This record gives sequence, structure tokens and C-alpha cells, in this order.
Amino acid sequence: MEKQIEAATPAGTGTEQSRSITTRIGPLAQRYGILIALILLCVVLAAVNENFLSQRNIINVLRQTSINGILAIGMTFVILTRGIDLSVGSVVALVGVVSASFATTSTAGVIGSPYMPLIAVVMGLATGTAVGAVSGTMVARFSVPAFVATLGMLSAARGLTLIYSGGRPVPALTDGYRWIGTGDIAGIPVPIILFGLVFVLAHFVLTQTRFGRHVYAVGGNPHAAKVSGLPVRRIRFAVYAISGALAGVAGMILAGRTGSALPQAGVAYELDAIAAVVIGGTSLAGGIGRVSGTVIGALLIGVMNNGLDLMGVESYYQQVIKGGLIVAAVLLDRSRKSED
Amino acid sequence: MEQPLLEATGFRKSFGGVPALRDGRFVLHPGSVHALCGGNGAGKSTFLKILMGIHHRDAGTLLRDGKPMTFESPSQALANGISIIEQELSPVPAMTVAENIYLGREPVGLFGRVRFGDLNHMAQELLDGFHFGIRADSLMMDLTVAQVQLVEIAKALSYDAEIIIMDEPTSALGEAEADQLFAAIKTLTARGKGVIYVSHRLSEIFSICDSYTVFRDGAFVETGAMDTIDKDRLIHLVVGRPLTEEFVKENEPGGEEMLSVRNLSADHGVRDVNFAVRRGEILALYGLMGSGRTEIFDRLFGLSDTAGGEIVIEGTATRIDTPNQAIAAGLAYVTEDRKHSGLVLTGDVRDNLCLATLDRVSSGQLMRVGAERDAAQRMIETLNIKTASDKLSVSNLSGGNQQKVVLGKWFLTEPRILLLDEPTRGVDVGAKREIYRVMSDFTRAGGAVIMISSETDEVLGMADRAVVMRDGRVAGELQRAELSAERLLHLAA
Ligand SMILES: Nc1ncnc2c1ncn2[C@@H]1O[C@H](COP(=O)(O)OP(=O)(O)OP(=O)(O)O)[C@@H](O)[C@H]1O
Ligand SMILES: [Mg+2]
Repeated sequence: MEKQIEAATPAGTGTEQSRSITTRIGPLAQRYGILIALILLCVVLAAVNENFLSQRNIINVLRQTSINGILAIGMTFVILTRGIDLSVGSVVALVGVVSASFATTSTAGVIGSPYMPLIAVVMGLATGTAVGAVSGTMVARFSVPAFVATLGMLSAARGLTLIYSGGRPVPALTDGYRWIGTGDIAGIPVPIILFGLVFVLAHFVLTQTRFGRHVYAVGGNPHAAKVSGLPVRRIRFAVYAISGALAGVAGMILAGRTGSALPQAGVAYELDAIAAVVIGGTSLAGGIGRVSGTVIGALLIGVMNNGLDLMGVESYYQQVIKGGLIVAAVLLDRSRKSED
Repeated sequence: MEQPLLEATGFRKSFGGVPALRDGRFVLHPGSVHALCGGNGAGKSTFLKILMGIHHRDAGTLLRDGKPMTFESPSQALANGISIIEQELSPVPAMTVAENIYLGREPVGLFGRVRFGDLNHMAQELLDGFHFGIRADSLMMDLTVAQVQLVEIAKALSYDAEIIIMDEPTSALGEAEADQLFAAIKTLTARGKGVIYVSHRLSEIFSICDSYTVFRDGAFVETGAMDTIDKDRLIHLVVGRPLTEEFVKENEPGGEEMLSVRNLSADHGVRDVNFAVRRGEILALYGLMGSGRTEIFDRLFGLSDTAGGEIVIEGTATRIDTPNQAIAAGLAYVTEDRKHSGLVLTGDVRDNLCLATLDRVSSGQLMRVGAERDAAQRMIETLNIKTASDKLSVSNLSGGNQQKVVLGKWFLTEPRILLLDEPTRGVDVGAKREIYRVMSDFTRAGGAVIMISSETDEVLGMADRAVVMRDGRVAGELQRAELSAERLLHLAA
């Protein structure tokens, strides 16, 4: 009898030790796991390729990340409420052609107003927000599952893009409009500045405002939110409108950079945006997540693409690697959840 | 002396450095119903989850039939004849009752095809064997909370385990269903099985258990035979100090009507409901499960699809179609299922406490974090919520403390009329008294309380008047002087 107890005890203390180590490292790795992964990746890339840390390349990575980053920030709002927005890629294209049509050199010549770029931007934002509002209405008001509503919108918005543009690119944009995609302020490209602004604003909204608290509560438990008097429908509606508006911003950056708005732009962009959100630790079940995580997730994807480019890896392989990364991130998320 | 089924000594467990269990001990004998008693957060569920291999202990020994064991997972515990009815239920709503009971153990035929006929038959036999009156082929999501609980119980019994752990199995049951459970427990012990029974309802413990073990603050305090202890002493052991009165009732109903309803109709066929509650009064809505009590609360709080009838609040006919209108009218509603509609489990204690009063702790859209923290802190102190910090996730709190968080959320709205649906469910004797104290103070300060309770003792102890519901109608009304268990039951059944 006594021997049996002794035999059982050392085994018990063994697990005790190993466990207390994981519980000590656990919270750190949980919170900063993705950041650590990003830093490690940067260190490796810097060691392998001297160009990686050049100022030009860093700016390049940030600029390439900005479009996906902005889309992913909008997506974070939606996913925090247990939703999903599959339409953002199509919205990028729709907003591109609509806003660009107010900023081609030909229309600018006709109307000839110096405010044309501004009007184009307002039209772009309005279009993106309107599309988001329609998805939001379907989800919030008519209880259409978000996946279905925005899948429909993915198709419809692409169709509208083709109708509006006649299937042809909107060419030769004015310099004022192109500035959004190619200009810079004090050497920092405008897309990066916009990305930064959107991040700061979204972070502020989610952490410091009442609306932010509402978003987390609705995602965490919509029933409890409703009983507590929260305007659940309005909140659901709002997150899709936000996602649409930010897709509009991304669409204009893309059109500005390309120099003409392409109706087939933005295909599959929603997937990278969702990937960034998930890698960033936001739970698809809602209620848990942060924009800072999303930004790191977007940067991780951006750095990885850039690194693989620098190393001359074919884009086909890049896709496979990105797929692995997404699944690995979700696995990490799982393991941290089963820990508590 | 016969070999114990199970013997646990020196169980320890900490979460993130905070000890939840410091010294858990327990000895279970065959054929015994052994009560595990203790206040909220005493570590009972933690102890039981270690037994089941859900949590892993930091230290301690477990002997099963005299052999030392450690279970890494619930399936290992099951393989060793231990099954559990957990405090927090986990049904699969879109599956049938039979599929839920035999989840992962479905009888299969050729090519792994599930033999649904056999499955339903087995499940129905099991349910009928315990007289639960539930159809095996109904969908889980169509069942009431009480029926879901009974299915979970049937599931735990279906393993034919030697040891059955029941963590607050009656917390979602009415008295009729609870009696079905007690009959089932008798059958089990007659077959020589051992039952570990956790409940905050002392009357239950005294009527069905034969031994007790008390934990306090994560440590073993005392064990003994049930017939060697009385209620006062058990309460003393659990709370750590003597409690003289079980109920606190110092309110005096006034004359003025705070809320009255006329010809109210609500979901699930509730109609023609008339009653009023006066300033300073505690009114009990009594009835069996499914008699329409919760539906009335849902209707009063703007959560109902049906909206017939009239609601008069402090003399003004008031339209209530949304919870916001209800809150604005001075109502607060502690719902019966805290996981489903009370708490945001992904949030922390502070988030949850402030959820219904976000406009008071913000200026416009901007949150005032200091005000949020102070409000949360105030409630943690007032209600004596046991939590490491207000930033701890509510999902880590013990059941009773979670209930206090829901109460705290509503007290922060400074309501004038409180709707309480089973307010002391899963709450320990000490905290129950604190909740009764709050109810009493609240009504004394000029508020009114409408309370749904399935515990007759609670109705008798706290209510000034009872409105008894039967099949969605008011069956009768009893003044405090007329209140008795028999009269209540007579009107309700
Ligand atoms: N996963 C966890 N993480 C952190 N703390 C936890 C966790 N689980 C339990 N605790 C803490 O451990 C303590 C004991 O909790 P436990 O659930 O065992 O209490 P209990 O005796 O079952 O109470 P109740 O009667 O309210 O159900 C509580 O203070 C609780 O907050
Ligand atoms: Mg418990």
C-alpha cells in the first residue's frame, strides 16, 4: 500500500513541475506569441537577406500590407460580433471604379473642378459604407446568416462593378487621386499613413468607447447583451458599415496605386483579411480579440510574402506556406483556450 | 470496514498561482449518498473536476478501490467507473435526446452506420426506467431547462458507473423533477453505487444524504454521518460562523401600486394575467415548471414576441417593447439562466458588472475607465463577490459568484422594480442570506420585488404575497398569512 502511494507521488510532482513552467510561460506566449513569431521571422529574414532591413524594403512591406491591413481591421469589428464579411474584395473593386469615375482625366476635364479628387473620395467612402450597410441590414434586421448575406454581396458587388464599368478599366486617373496610392507625406507613403490612422482610430474605438464595449458584449453573448438593454441590431449593422467603409478606403488606395481602376481588382482579398484577423488571435466565436493582433497578423503575412519574394520562392509556394501559417495560428489559439 | 470506492487525500490545485483547492479530502463508500458541502468558491467543483480528469491536480493521492490512480481525461475516469453530472450543462442542441445520451457510443451496424432504431430504444428504456417522461427522439433544443438537466442525469447514469458525481443537479429543476431525481438516486444506492452530491439546498441534503464532507476556502473541514449533525451546525461549518436567521425580512408593504398588469398575455400561451405589486412588497410568482412564470417576466421586460395587455408602472400606462424601455421604466431583470442570458462569459467581471449601465460610466461615447472600475469595485464589495480581481474572466468564477455578478449588474442600474427569476440558484447559504438582505433593504428603501422561486421555503420565508400560476393563467393568490407549502402546491398543480 505504502509503496503504491510512493510510486504515485513522484509522478505527480513531475507533472506539477512541467505544468508550472507552462503556466508561467503560457500567458506571455499567449499574449505575445504572434508578435514573437513576427520578430523571429524578421530576424531570420534579416540574417538571410541583407536587403530585408533596408529602409526601402521596410517601406515596401508596410505599403503592401496597408491594403490588407485596413480590410482586416474592418473585418475584426465584424468577427468580434460573431460575424464574417466575405464581400470586402468585391467592395474594393466597386469602390475603385465608382470613385475613379469621378477622377479620370476625361471627367475632370469635363467638369473641371479642382475639388474632383475630394468628390471622388467622398463617393468612394459612401459607396463602401452603403454596401456594408446593405449587408448589415440583412444580418441585423432580417437575421440572414452573415456568411450567406456577405457571400451574396460578394457576388452582387462584383456584378455591379462590371455593370458600372462596362467591364473595362476606368483609366488615366488624375494626379490628385493617384496621390492616395502613390503620394507621400514627409517621405512616408500615404497608404501607410492611412493604415496607421485607421489602426489608431479602430484601437481607440474598441478599447475606449461605449460602442467598443458593445461590440465585445454582442459577440460574447448576444442574449445577455439584449437583456442588458444594448442596441444589438444597431451594433451588428454598424460593424458591417464600418467594414464596408474601410474596404472603400482600401479600394481607393489600390486604384490610386494602379493608376486606373480595374473591375477585376480585389479578388479573394477577403481571405487574406480573415487570415490576418485569425492569425492575430481574434476568436471566430466572437467576443475576444484586438486590432493590434490583427495588425500584427497582417504584418506577418506581409513580411512572409516579402521574405519569400526576396528569397525567390515562387508565389505558388507562398500560398501553400500561408495556408500552413493560418492553421498553425488557429491551433495556437485552440491550445491556449484549452489551457484555462 | 469495507473497502471505500474512492479515497482522495491532499488534493491541491491552483489557477495561475491562485489556489482554488488547498487540501481536498473525501472518502466514498458503496451504497452511500455523500454530500460535499461548502460555500461558493470553496473548491467543490474544482475537486470534482480533478476526480474526473477534467483538471489535473498539483498534488494529492487518489485511491480507487484501494489502488492509486491519476486520470488524465474524463474518458479514463469513465473507464474506471466514475461519471459526472456537471454543474454547467453541455448539450448538443440540434441532436436528439438519444443521440446526446449516447454521444460517441452509438450502436453501429454495417459500415459504421448508426442503428437509430436501437439507439432510440435504448435511450427510451433508460429514461422510462427512471420515470423521466421525456421522449428519446425529441430534439434537445425543444426541451425545457429542467428536461435538459434530466437528460444529462440520464446520460451520467447510462454509463452504469460505480460512482456518480452530481454537481448541483437540482439547480435547474422544479420540485417535481427533483423528486424524480431522488427516486433515481435511491435506485442507484440500492444497487451499491456511490453518489457524491453537491447542493446548496440544505433541505435536500438532509433528506437524501447519509454522510457529509465540508470544504471551506479550498480546504477540508470536517466529515461525518448525516444523523450526527443538525442544520445550524452544518451552516456554521460551511460559512465559518454561526448564522442565526436563514431569511432576512424587514420590509413593510405600502399601499401604493408600483406595477400592475391587466390582461397580460405572453409567449407559450400565457394570457389574462392580472396582478399588482406594491411599494415595499416582495411578491412571489409561484408555479410548476412550464406554468408561464418566466414568460411573464420576459413580457414585462420587452423580450416577448407576444405583447398583449397593459402594464402600469407607478400610475402611468407604460409601453414596453424592448429591454431599454423596461430599464428606463425602472425595471431590472435577473434571468434564470445566467450562462445563456445573464453573463458575457468572454468578458471579465468588470465588463459584466457595467454592462447594463455603460451610459453611466461614460461621457458620450468615451468610456470613463476609472468610473467603470469604481462601480465594479462597489458591487464586488456590496455583494461580497469572491474574485481575484475585477479583471478576471467571469468564466473562472464559481457558480454562486457568477450569480452575484448578474445581480450586481442590475443593482448598478438603481432599479425601482426588481424581477428576480430564481435569484438564489446555485448560491451558498451565506450568500443567499446576503441576497435576502439586499432584497429586504431594497424593498425597505421603497422598491418592489417580484420573485420567481421553485424553492417553497424561500417563498414562505421571503414573500409578502404569492401569485400562483397554472398552465399560463393565474390560479390564485395567497396573502402572507395564508401561505403554506400545501396551499401553494394545491393551487399550482
Ligand atoms: N479555470 C479557473 N481559473 C481561475 N480560477 C478558477 C478556475 N476555476 C475555478 N477557479 C476559482 O477557484 C475557486 C473554487 O472554484 P469552484 O468552482 O471549485 O467552487 P465551488 O465550490 O464549486 O463553488 P460553487 O458552489 O459556487 O459552484 C473559485 O475562487 C474560482 O474563482
Ligand atoms: Mg461548483
